[in-house]
Amino acid sequence: MHIFEFIRPKDSAAAIAAAAQSKTAQQGADVRFMGGGTTLIDLMKLNVETPARVLDINRLPLDKIELMPDGGLKIGATVRNSDLAYHAKVQKDYSVLSQAILQGASAQIRNMATVGGNLLQRTRCVYFRDTAMPCNKREPGTGCPAITGHNRTLAILGASELCIATNPSDMCVALAALEATIHIQGMMGSRAVAFGDFHLLPGNTPHRETVLEAGDLITHVTLPPPITGSKQVYLKLRDRASYEFALSSAAAVITIASGRITRARIALGGVGTKPWRSLEAEATLTGKPANEASFREAAEAALRNARPQSENKFKIELAKRCLTHALRTATAS
Amino acid sequence: MPDDDPQSLHPGPTRRKFLLTSGSSVAASLVAAYVPASAKSAAGGTDAASTSAGPRIEGAVPITLRINGKDHKLNIDPRTTLLDCIRETVSLTGTKKGCDHGQCGACTVHVHGRRVLSCLNLALMHDGEEITTVEGLGTPEAMHPMQASFLACDAYQCGYCTSGQIMSAVALLKEPCGPDDAAVKELMSGNICRCGAYANIVDAIQQVRKQA
Repeated sequence: MHIFEFIRPKDSAAAIAAAAQSKTAQQGADVRFMGGGTTLIDLMKLNVETPARVLDINRLPLDKIELMPDGGLKIGATVRNSDLAYHAKVQKDYSVLSQAILQGASAQIRNMATVGGNLLQRTRCVYFRDTAMPCNKREPGTGCPAITGHNRTLAILGASELCIATNPSDMCVALAALEATIHIQGMMGSRAVAFGDFHLLPGNTPHRETVLEAGDLITHVTLPPPITGSKQVYLKLRDRASYEFALSSAAAVITIASGRITRARIALGGVGTKPWRSLEAEATLTGKPANEASFREAAEAALRNARPQSENKFKIELAKRCLTHALRTATAS
Repeated sequence: MPDDDPQSLHPGPTRRKFLLTSGSSVAASLVAAYVPASAKSAAGGTDAASTSAGPRIEGAVPITLRINGKDHKLNIDPRTTLLDCIRETVSLTGTKKGCDHGQCGACTVHVHGRRVLSCLNLALMHDGEEITTVEGLGTPEAMHPMQASFLACDAYQCGYCTSGQIMSAVALLKEPCGPDDAAVKELMSGNICRCGAYANIVDAIQQVRKQA
């Protein structure tokens, strides 16, 4: 690990001012915010991340979960994943979020990992994590050995010719289906970003993963008011029964009236280069009867643009069955 | 308060004491600057110091870590993980280093009673916080019920993962966990046992939960 200066800013303004001195908020940042450390310290040990300054934001007052006047929920950036997953309001009204978090990582990591940090969780692509290998995400222009190498777990949706790395987050898949908003404070003031606009596709700039600029501090995430009567399911399929990243996952938030689906929000995990909201599946489901034919049609629509890598053609059918089963479970409950 | 002085836990010869004494005499000229003061005093048979000026390290930062109810004033390199600080600086070697990347759970300790992975935390992040290691749970004479249950159920083979398993299991007692074995297995999935003592580990935890 490279030497760094450890700083505990006294407030958000000081944290933002210190972070703004970084040349970027993306890969190669020389100033990093430290939340739970579960991603950052891991990558610093591997020398994938080499910040000269680390800003400990764990003692800033960003650790509250609060009800908003509109009935929605405000979740501070340093709220621990376990506190969010076990929060009574989340378990009752946003259960897809609770389910997703509790199917991710381990109890210890969930006690450490923060909401803000989980939004910025980095890919598990083995080439990204190994500084002996080329990687366009880690070192732009060096190439992508994953395309012709070990890519069984990598993306079938949203990949580019430069990068096929999967976004590994479970929490983000649920937040996509819940249409969360991410609130950011920076040198130019505060702004709110719709969840779907926060993560970027790799395209020609795979080292740019989010809209964050140097100095931007995620302060909190908001959820819209709960959808009355909605059925929520997060289904995760993986190589082990627990403590493993998704090969495919699906978040479904479904409302049914008189046997027909009146509203559907669908997102997929483990298959995309970013948390994958499927507007195609949502459009297909809306107005349809809640039955197998509708579920399968939605799954076909969600994966229509999927492009397999050399080792993971199976993921296309797996993702379809994953979504179909999530919908079956949600509508049967 | 349990005694967390490794010297009093193992008054006889131990592998660690042997390595510290013989190693430091051979390599003193090379690595003297890197042998922590508290380790030296433990190896030399004097009382373990609660204050360690530590080695002279460029950019070292002074902190106070409260481990098992005892304050340790330390001067540490910012890169030091909580795990390395506990083991190498404070010389509490019950906490084990397995993968050092958050994948095995051997390094599990409690911060304010909650289980965390000490390998993925910097010691500096925990300045002033209450840390508990396996040495703080019980002693060989007065074991924590979970330690006694692991012993009674033969919930280990080589023992390397055991302190992490026990720290996880003790924290689990206060977490929302269903009554069945499947719920215990799910909440213990972050602790890997290469020997495969899982069945007995689940038994040990369930026995403590039934007694509670």
